[in-house]
Amino acid sequence: MSASSVIGTSLTMAKALNEGLRKAMEDDPKVVMMGEDVGKLGGVFRITDGLQKDFGEDRVIDTPLAESGIVGTAVGLAIRGYRPVCEIQFDGFVFPAFDQIVSQVAKLHNRSAGQVKVPITIRIPYGGGIGAVEHHSESPEAYFAHTAGLKVVACADPSDAYWMVQQAIADDDPVIFLEPKRRYHAAKAEIAAAPTPLHQARVIRPGTAATLATYGATVSVALEAAEAAAADGTQLEVIDLRSVSPIDTETVVDSVRRTGRLLVTHEAPLSFGPAAEIAARVQEQAFYSLEAPVLRVTGYDTPYPPSRLENEWLPNLDRVLDGIDRLMSY
Amino acid sequence: MTVERESTSTSVVDPGPTWGEYYRQMSLIRAFELRAAEMYQRAKIGGYCHLNLGEEATVVGLMAALEPRDYLFTTYREHGYALARGLEPGPVMAELFGKTTGVSGGRGGSMHLFDRKVRLLGGYGIVGGQIPPATGAALALTYRGEPGPNAEAVMCLLGDGTTNIGAFHESLNLAALWHLPIVYVIVNNGLGMGTPVDRSAAEPDLYKRGCSYRITGERVDGDDVIAVRDAANAALTRARAEREPGLLETVSNRLRGHSVVDPAKYRSKQEAERLRALDPVHAVRARLIAEQVLDEDTARRIDEEAEARVDAAVAFADASPDPDPATLFQHAYATAVPNAPHRLPADPVVPVPELLP
Ligand SMILES: Cc1ncc(C[n+]2csc(CCOP(=O)(O)OP(=O)(O)O)c2C)c(N)n1
Ligand SMILES: [Mg+2]
Repeated sequence: MSASSVIGTSLTMAKALNEGLRKAMEDDPKVVMMGEDVGKLGGVFRITDGLQKDFGEDRVIDTPLAESGIVGTAVGLAIRGYRPVCEIQFDGFVFPAFDQIVSQVAKLHNRSAGQVKVPITIRIPYGGGIGAVEHHSESPEAYFAHTAGLKVVACADPSDAYWMVQQAIADDDPVIFLEPKRRYHAAKAEIAAAPTPLHQARVIRPGTAATLATYGATVSVALEAAEAAAADGTQLEVIDLRSVSPIDTETVVDSVRRTGRLLVTHEAPLSFGPAAEIAARVQEQAFYSLEAPVLRVTGYDTPYPPSRLENEWLPNLDRVLDGIDRLMSY
Repeated sequence: MTVERESTSTSVVDPGPTWGEYYRQMSLIRAFELRAAEMYQRAKIGGYCHLNLGEEATVVGLMAALEPRDYLFTTYREHGYALARGLEPGPVMAELFGKTTGVSGGRGGSMHLFDRKVRLLGGYGIVGGQIPPATGAALALTYRGEPGPNAEAVMCLLGDGTTNIGAFHESLNLAALWHLPIVYVIVNNGLGMGTPVDRSAAEPDLYKRGCSYRITGERVDGDDVIAVRDAANAALTRARAEREPGLLETVSNRLRGHSVVDPAKYRSKQEAERLRALDPVHAVRARLIAEQVLDEDTARRIDEEAEARVDAAVAFADASPDPDPATLFQHAYATAVPNAPHRLPADPVVPVPELLP
């Protein structure tokens, strides 16, 4: 199936990513994929399913178990004109590659005064809610967002998954591409005809009482919360940030100027997380519009918990609604 | 000098109490792992669950060589090692269930069994994560005691696929350079998830990978419990007495998928059948009966006893309490940290002023 034909069709996020990757490989012969079991097996989540069969072993490379080697060789490919897409099997497995990512991927362009570009996409299935444990449920975005030179984005629906992965690959800067793994097969949705710019946030539900900003795995939680709050007469505006770094502050500030209240939620732990950065920017730019402190509902400051405590740990519907109550009653 | 050798299985079945004990342990591991798979499918076990099915002879042989005073670092495929190290099946199963009575208090789960008493210093879920810490534990031994036949040593397990990660090579170099009492054991089950050894290792004779660090390497038949035990013993003896690290490769088969959720579709039907025919537990049982070390009745009694112990382990795990959410914040730090950012579930991040109109 030719990838362009998926526009207007309804796909799961997993399938949309697969189609987006396929399209990127069709459009640019310099795109190569690498990772553990991504070829013959199609990846543990089957996101690269069928790509090796169709594009060959040279373009979809099964690597040994060596994350630092995967990302590091991708750097070499990238500075020689290729567009590598690395799959990290699970969030927690990115750390052996952390050195290459923060020391080389992020900085070579700067260090060479622009002589080389590092157009790498590092795909990471991330986040919890699948009954897995430590290493398999983590949200590492803050580590990367803290590093200048890296872009960090997260898709939350199939259409964005399809388009954003292509935009990330076409981008001349390195992109950490977060895929909320628990949404892979959650729901089908239609693939839009055209993409939204990669680093632009989007108001996905208009409202007046308060703004609820999030990205990736917790977008569906935020929408559920808005639905529940609406039943109680509170109209929440929901923003899918889409890009964690850079943040589209303008869209958030614009919304807060209208609603006067902001709650940010993400699965990543609280301290020094993206919500803290957003809160700081909003109070800098919309101080007089705020009618309440910016609240954060996030994962707690602990290692990812065992599966029996996962529901208590995650910013689930109850916790987000509790945050909304506190925000509204301030 | 580097020595590499492939030892072939020469062991004959010598009658004696050890065989009964080895078979008892293999039978227990088999029963435990089959039950763990079942409990996983019944959603009693969360996370991921990797089984020692097909590796029972390796597990028992290695643990027979390891003395109680030695330290053990394992991978995430470690239930069998915990049992053979003498842990009761109940608290091991409870850990798989995530219960507070588990060996790691329900914190670790299947991949992260931990028990200081038996010097099991962890299963590790990150591939290669155990190798540098194990090397450091061996360094600690050199500060504390003198080399000699009664010295302590460290055994560090890893899979075939794990020999390709940097931590393995860094650690081997350090161990050789610093003369550390450690034996690295590569449990070669032919596959790292779906990838066969010859597609992932440029030197697929994995026991030779210690070569550039001048570490003695040896390969044994992992289905041969005696050969494994003796090779491990020899390597541990060198580690204790001479402070020379060793590299032992055991070759066996993974009878099922990588973890319970892996249907192993990358394996052909013939291959799966071939593996079933090589099942080490069945092979040992048949051999012991054929050579009249055990009679059929005794073997059956051993199997039944294993089943009963696993029944009891499941009952214990089932009856054990779930962890209390309030304990989420325990153990994040070892000390009382002032201003620690801990918050109890549902505690407001910003307290709402009580007297607001
Ligand atoms: C750093 C890291 N990368 C990837 C993984 C995912 N993973 C877990 S086990 C495994 C294969 C390991 O194979 P091997 O070393 O042969 O051990 P086996 O599972 O066969 O016992 C992979 C890729 C991981 N846990 N950690
Ligand atoms: Mg293996």
